[in-house]
Amino acid sequence: MRSPCTRACEGALAIGPRKREAPEGRGRAGTPAPEAHRAIEAIWRIESARLIAGLARIVGDIGTAEELAQDALVAALEQWPTSGVPEKPGAWLMGTAKHRAIDLIRRRQTLEHKNEEIGRDVERAQEGIDLDRAIDEDIGDDLLGLMFMACHPVLSKDARVALTLRVLGGLTTEEIARGFLVPVSSIAQRIVRAKRTLAEAHVRFEVPGGPERVARLASVLEVIYLIFNEGYSATAGKDWVRPALCEEALRLGRILAELAPTEPEVHGVVALMEIHASRLRARVGPSGEPVLLLDQDRAGWDRLLIRRGLAALERAERLGGALGPYALQAAIAACHARAATAAETDWPRIVALYDAVAQLAPSPVVELNRAVAVGMAFGPAAGLDLVDALVSEPSLKAYHLLPAVRGDLLRKLGRSEEARAEFERAASLTENVVERELLQGRAAECAAEGLAG
Amino acid sequence: MRVLVLAKEGEQSDAATPPTPEAMAEYQKFNEELVKAGVVVGAGRLAPSSQGKRVRFDGKKRTVIDGPFAETKELVAGYWLWQVRSIDEALEWLKRAPYDGGTFEVREVPMHEGM
Repeated sequence: MRSPCTRACEGALAIGPRKREAPEGRGRAGTPAPEAHRAIEAIWRIESARLIAGLARIVGDIGTAEELAQDALVAALEQWPTSGVPEKPGAWLMGTAKHRAIDLIRRRQTLEHKNEEIGRDVERAQEGIDLDRAIDEDIGDDLLGLMFMACHPVLSKDARVALTLRVLGGLTTEEIARGFLVPVSSIAQRIVRAKRTLAEAHVRFEVPGGPERVARLASVLEVIYLIFNEGYSATAGKDWVRPALCEEALRLGRILAELAPTEPEVHGVVALMEIHASRLRARVGPSGEPVLLLDQDRAGWDRLLIRRGLAALERAERLGGALGPYALQAAIAACHARAATAAETDWPRIVALYDAVAQLAPSPVVELNRAVAVGMAFGPAAGLDLVDALVSEPSLKAYHLLPAVRGDLLRKLGRSEEARAEFERAASLTENVVERELLQGRAAECAAEGLAG
Repeated sequence: MRVLVLAKEGEQSDAATPPTPEAMAEYQKFNEELVKAGVVVGAGRLAPSSQGKRVRFDGKKRTVIDGPFAETKELVAGYWLWQVRSIDEALEWLKRAPYDGGTFEVREVPMHEGM
């Protein structure tokens, strides 16, 4: 493993156009610099989102804000190993970065003569120069503004995800690349391009209100849930789950719930993630193989996360109005969480909840899930009827769970040979190695059943 | 990772002066900051050890011991469960806590392997 110092320095240097030496020498000279570097990296994790958000408000764009924040980090890496970590490291970083922001704005102003808007920027920046105020200020709106900006609909989903993890999660390009199993250069490019797109589209740093807020918030929730799902059901690679991604998503969700506490769907998505995350341990067998919901050892579920999830769902419900798609899915997850054994699951209620999801956010995937619930509540034949209606659905053509579900229902109906073919088809469609093995195993079981029958 | 932060603040006797409103406000502000950062997943304060019990195991024998317990400096007074990315992050948060006494212990609660 590479040292945290290298990573922090590299992150700082990869972004800024300014050329500066990585201050690594001191660490090797035998001072307690490695410890200072570790502390600085941890402080960066804590402070970077707030720092970038505050700077983005001043300078207006994420790219410049991140550069300034990274500059402040480089300054910390240079000074703290000898001077010690200041008492209020966040305020120190913000103060350093704000001075640079003001310098930058002044330089821009000189270059571009008198531009009214920039003049206002300087005023705003100067107002914020007081360190105590900088730290005590309600940074909530800044963070929310940064979330809205990083998740702007003008960006592709991939770009939104990468930018969000970078500026709000404080993850390095390398860490993001590792999380999504793509080359570091792809993530770096994605982030650079995302910043350029935001600049070219003149996306402003703002917290929108009214109908725009609803649409923009939906994009933020989508990004957070995408990150969670990539960790929860890895679409590719050899691991079935990547918990670190789930943790990042949960953290972002919990932060958002504090920033926008009156939005029911924010609590809905948090509830959904908390309850799903409660099963992370139980979802993976001893040799890394997936264990499906109904086969899981429920004693392995994380009661703390279930409790948090149920509380978040209650919060969404208390805010009134009809439940949104995330809260409804959380309510479905809650049905499973409340059942002490798989046999005690309230399937008719789950069917009713899926009906509601299908009304609000109809999609073939929701229909497929509904079919599973119907199969459990009213028998495999009823479920199979619904699944058969989805077979010609173009968007599910390459979706491995369609043949997997169909195989399951066929098997329950004793049609082993058809079930085997479906499981094999499902196995050929998934890119996740362990999931493929699970599906191939089912196909083999069906073949054996067919011979026995 | 999830860490358990144990507050070994030393035993408060029932007669001890309660914390000042200022100290309480500072503590609340710190706790709020942790919650806003998505760090806190659980927390609790323990009742004095005079209300606690211990069970000692010795072969088949079980002995119940009533509080208060003698090792007053090492007694856990409260705990936090934090979701953080590293022990270092937990330490950076902990250093910001508005306490002027006591020892705090940070221990990882292993959940699963990282990414």
